[in-house]
Amino acid sequence: MAYLVSHPDEVKVISYRFGKGATDIDKYLELDGYTAVRKAITLGPEGIIAEMKASNLRGRGGAGFPTGMKWSFVPKQSPKPKYVLVNGDESEPGTCKDRLIFEHDPHSVIEGVIIAGLAIGSKMGFIYLRGEYRYLLKIMEKAIDDAYAKGFLGKKIFGSDLDFDIVSHTGAGAYEVGEESALMESLEGKRGIPRIRPPFPAVVGLYGGPTIINNAETLATVPHIFRIGGAEYAKIGTERNGGTRLFCLSGDVAKPGVYELPMGYNLKKMVYEVGGGIPDGRSLKAVVPGGSSTPVLLPSEIDIGMDFDQVGKAGSMLGSGGVVVLDDTVCMVEFALRTMKFYQHESCGWCIPCREGTDWLKKTLIRVHAGGGVAKDIDNIRYLAQNMLGRTFCPLGDAAAMPTIAFVDKFRKEFEDHLDGKPCPYANLPEPALANA
Amino acid sequence: MSTEIKTIFSPALAARFDRLVTLYPLRRSALIPMLLYAQDEVGYLSDQVISEVAARIEITELDVRNVISYYSLMHTAPAGKYHVQVCTNISCMLRGGNELLAHCKERLGIGNKETTPDKLFSLEEVECIGACSWAPAVQVNYDFHENLTPDAMDKVLEGYRTRT
Repeated sequence: MAYLVSHPDEVKVISYRFGKGATDIDKYLELDGYTAVRKAITLGPEGIIAEMKASNLRGRGGAGFPTGMKWSFVPKQSPKPKYVLVNGDESEPGTCKDRLIFEHDPHSVIEGVIIAGLAIGSKMGFIYLRGEYRYLLKIMEKAIDDAYAKGFLGKKIFGSDLDFDIVSHTGAGAYEVGEESALMESLEGKRGIPRIRPPFPAVVGLYGGPTIINNAETLATVPHIFRIGGAEYAKIGTERNGGTRLFCLSGDVAKPGVYELPMGYNLKKMVYEVGGGIPDGRSLKAVVPGGSSTPVLLPSEIDIGMDFDQVGKAGSMLGSGGVVVLDDTVCMVEFALRTMKFYQHESCGWCIPCREGTDWLKKTLIRVHAGGGVAKDIDNIRYLAQNMLGRTFCPLGDAAAMPTIAFVDKFRKEFEDHLDGKPCPYANLPEPALANA
Repeated sequence: MSTEIKTIFSPALAARFDRLVTLYPLRRSALIPMLLYAQDEVGYLSDQVISEVAARIEITELDVRNVISYYSLMHTAPAGKYHVQVCTNISCMLRGGNELLAHCKERLGIGNKETTPDKLFSLEEVECIGACSWAPAVQVNYDFHENLTPDAMDKVLEGYRTRT
């Protein structure tokens, strides 16, 4: 379903089995499948966490927290059962990488969950897929059934004294549920409203038990770390940013697709060489480097390495790996509006700064884009967004505010060109009005 | 459970629900999948569906409705047999998602969140469906259709029309 692409600069670690029929468990076993978990069983919890720390793997969901360290926060003794939860609620606009993992290599996710479970002393894992990914749920369910049939899940897995169960689970349409505490609420059968922290999920998580929550790509990477060795994996990337990641190139590029590139790969090269540059002889206007919540970068700002630290230093975030490329025909006010329309739609309404802020920002952006704005609106947009930052239970408020501030600061003139009844300068280009805006 | 409740679901689905509630440490965790699978079979979350699901999960109907109202894939009114969901989020917008939505409106003769008189198609503008690198993309029920043009979209719609 999802099309595979390739480029000579790719380093295929996570995508090593893509397109090779590894959804079939016997094929997966032929391709070094389930060797990592056997190794992990012999290493034991301390050894697993040491290997993870050596790999410098950082969370692929967006925040980039070191995975080995996250796992080490789970208390060894707990009166309540511990859980591993896979976040497969991939919903950040611009992001379509977890889909490929579930579609092509579902057993790598299972293996990652078991290894995480071994590391923290858990006996149960959940794989939460967004509701739209029904065909992937079926692939995942079959993979889990096959793993049970081989004795890789259930009682005394791989002939050891350890038990481990995995349940796959479907969501039903909600971006907010990609936030870890809302994800747990949703898995518990409730509205996806975030929980206040502390306590953090590592201490009090799913069903009140200590819980590891990792992005699907993070957990699918884990078996590869044990397959090639943590130190070797770390060497592929840059300092404190181990390995590779799946970058989803989309928008105005000649060759969009999901490419696996080393951490620290140059963004300019990614756009122009891997992505084949901007089609139709147009020029680059901007790049959103890590999903819609990350601040936009100008063409002059993209000569940077794509790792968490370097993109952070450039004033944005590596985020979820969704690299969205914009050419010079894009109206930045419309782009800002479409982004805000999304966050307004997805805000759960629990925190007032997010619920009211996204709504007012959307209304103001609609007015400015339609030519009904006044000069003060531009400052108001910035002021509103600034006042949402850090004032909500979960990062959705920040995710809406951060890109908005960057749009205004970096494209202020374009906002001004829309004021006082002027028509959108890009209106002659084909772009129908947003439905239900 | 199904022995106590006079079920409105098919025997296969009722059996699936009997098992679903046993998979989790808490029964309530089965609520969201159960609602979605029920919707797949019945077409929407009718009062009867809500009533039976509430009984199976052992919570109130109000509680079930409270959850339903949060999730965008759950519908409490019938949609078309083929629910056409057009993504217009940023990556799709850059590659013609808005034009594709306008094209679908014209072809189907309906607006956003409307259903054709023959109940065959309904249309909805949706948020990112995770097909950004293959934009513009549409989901019809759970099936993805990607790298679309208006012409390709016509073929997709025709395929569903002739399927019935």
